[in-house]
Amino acid sequence: MTTVYVPRDSSARSVGADEVAAAIKQEAARRSAAVEVVRNGSRGLMWLEPLVEVATAQGRVAYGPVTPDDVAGLFGAGFLEGAVHELGHGFTDRIPWLAEQDRLTFSRVGVVDPLSTPDYQTHGGLSALERALTMTPRQICDEVTESGLRGRGGAGFPTGVKWRTVLDAPGTEKFVVCNADEGDSGTFADRMLMEGDPFMLIEAMVIAGIAVGAREGMIYIRSEYPDAVATMRAAIRTAYQAGWLGPRVLGSDHQFDLEIRVGAGAYICGEETAMLESLEGKRGMVRAKPPLPAIEGLFGKPTAINNVLSLASVLVVLARGSGFYRDFGVGRSRGTQVFQLAGNVARGGIVETAFGMTLGEMLEKFAGGSASGRPIRAVQVGGPLGAYLAPAQFDLPLDYEAFAQVGAMVGHGGIVVFDDTVDMAAQARFAMEFCAAESCGKCTPCRVGAVRGVELIDRIVAGENADANVALLEDLCELMTDGSLCAMGGLTPLPVRSVLLHFSEDLHRSKGARP
Amino acid sequence: MTVKPPADRDLAPRYVPWSEEAALAVMRALPALRGPLLPVLHALQESFGYVDPKAVALVAHELNLSRADVHGVLTFYSDLRTSPPGEVRVQVCRGEACQSVGGHALAEHAVSSLSVGFGETAADGSVTLEEVFCLGNCAVGPTVRVNGRLHGRVHAAGLDRLIRDSTPSGEPA
Ligand SMILES: Cc1cc2nc3c(=O)[nH]c(=O)nc-3n(C[C@H](O)[C@H](O)[C@H](O)COP(=O)(O)O)c2cc1C
Ligand code: SF4
Ligand code: FES
Repeated sequence: MTTVYVPRDSSARSVGADEVAAAIKQEAARRSAAVEVVRNGSRGLMWLEPLVEVATAQGRVAYGPVTPDDVAGLFGAGFLEGAVHELGHGFTDRIPWLAEQDRLTFSRVGVVDPLSTPDYQTHGGLSALERALTMTPRQICDEVTESGLRGRGGAGFPTGVKWRTVLDAPGTEKFVVCNADEGDSGTFADRMLMEGDPFMLIEAMVIAGIAVGAREGMIYIRSEYPDAVATMRAAIRTAYQAGWLGPRVLGSDHQFDLEIRVGAGAYICGEETAMLESLEGKRGMVRAKPPLPAIEGLFGKPTAINNVLSLASVLVVLARGSGFYRDFGVGRSRGTQVFQLAGNVARGGIVETAFGMTLGEMLEKFAGGSASGRPIRAVQVGGPLGAYLAPAQFDLPLDYEAFAQVGAMVGHGGIVVFDDTVDMAAQARFAMEFCAAESCGKCTPCRVGAVRGVELIDRIVAGENADANVALLEDLCELMTDGSLCAMGGLTPLPVRSVLLHFSEDLHRSKGARP
Repeated sequence: MTVKPPADRDLAPRYVPWSEEAALAVMRALPALRGPLLPVLHALQESFGYVDPKAVALVAHELNLSRADVHGVLTFYSDLRTSPPGEVRVQVCRGEACQSVGGHALAEHAVSSLSVGFGETAADGSVTLEEVFCLGNCAVGPTVRVNGRLHGRVHAAGLDRLIRDSTPSGEPA
């Protein structure tokens, strides 16, 4: 029996993985070849999807991108023995793009059958939880703090410190909430982890529960991710049957119950307090802070809210030690970040690497330039609230502080590439438009400011009093930055200002406007 | 372009028609939850394809909330619809990563070929066109979703074909 892997990842499915899996089964039947098709997660080499792997005695051999029409030819060439073929890439693990990464949190994604508990345990699953069960909650919080791990959802707050606050907060009922809203365009790492290694998130939630003294957890997944919702729900059912969740986690005295909640298409619900409102069944309106959610969170109880990637990193910290994790990275950005190469890139996908690589190296070595073959003109890092970077800034290291210093942000690690056909005035306008559309409406600088921002950019582009209106736009950006209640209104000026600073020629293209 | 469900395929109706009894049955089949409003509205929309405005009073009564609370939530979330969707539901990603690989052109093509604007349903109920901001498919854009099924690397001709062949979303084989 030969095992053939065809991803069930939703991105792989979006480019034909289901059809390829069906074609392989059909061709195997026709040839009476003993083939078992396993639907794994994606290895994250998105430009090669659908990427098919064949398990050989020497290792897994990769072929891609495969279409159903290629399947008969692959069988004919002997791909079940790992034979050479024009779609072949040799051993998957030795593809340089993959081999040169530091796959810590993504170590199992694409490797295992996502819903197989034996696979999970063979590949290191549960070792972090087993260790956590020998530690006190304080020790767990301290270990996470010592690792230097900062929240991967965008704000970069130290995870161990947050957990310690929840642990020390008075009260017997506490919650753990996982932020799987992943609203930033250009990001898909949370989704791939949930679809490709769902037990990882369950194990991490249980550990978070032990660390902060919570017996209940919720994972808030955006509705745009139906495959992730289905995979997580199936994994939770299995975890209950296996005793990984429920009244006695792994036979210990710890109880932990876990539930999935699904969002409803509001970007602002990725903001943690809006998410809490949404979980309580209300409109996703941002709450004023203080009180911090760590003190008064879900249903008014102390709540630890963490991004999927932060939780995944905790597993690495506990399984391999805080020192191991901290040794990756630079400055105050410790460990690895899961970068997501997206948009106009030749080789898009997941690049998990230690902090510190320059943006330029990432674009050359991993992205391989633009997909169109045209020069790269702008790169937006950190989602719709992140700055656009110009080629002159490509020597910037991928590091929270280095980015913050130039008015940019690493955020959730999305890297969206644009070639020289991009209209940067339109991108600045889009940033304001998006803010206007997704604002929760609670504070004026954001609700009204974003609408004014769109109008101002339209006037500037039309050449109406361009200088005066640019000055007004700059004032507006300052007002939004300083006066907004949350980072939605507070960070929308980042992309707008970056366009004013590095791409202003696009704002002044119209006739009558200054050059 | 006119959109017709393919005649040779047996397209089972995806949704049941709205009725108070059916709505109550849907709600009462759900497990008891803390903060149940959003899961309840999701469940109603899954059954009927939309949340009928007549459901507001019913949900408020069942969950012991005010009508204003229910109405407020129903109108806040862009996923929740208060009128039935078209036979074919086309969602085009307008996020930045898709913009960078031809998303604008695809969006314009969708509007002109379907003769509906974003957020609109064709008068004959054949199609609903929606814009969405990122479907997590950003390395293989432009991305669209047709009747819940995700498609990457989609350009104008591909979109036309998808709409012609549209089938309800499936689980991985
Ligand atoms: C407008 C807005 C959207 C956000 N969206 C997300 C999101 O989709 N996912 C996420 O993890 N954090 C998001 N955040 C950050 C959260 O508020 C919060 O900082 C994070 O969930 C904390 O988890 P972490 O410490 O593990 O990063 C968003 C913040 C803002 C202001
Ligand atoms: S900044 Fe915008 S999203 Fe945040 S609270 Fe104010 S209005 Fe709401
Ligand atoms: S931006 Fe279109 S799928 Fe992410």
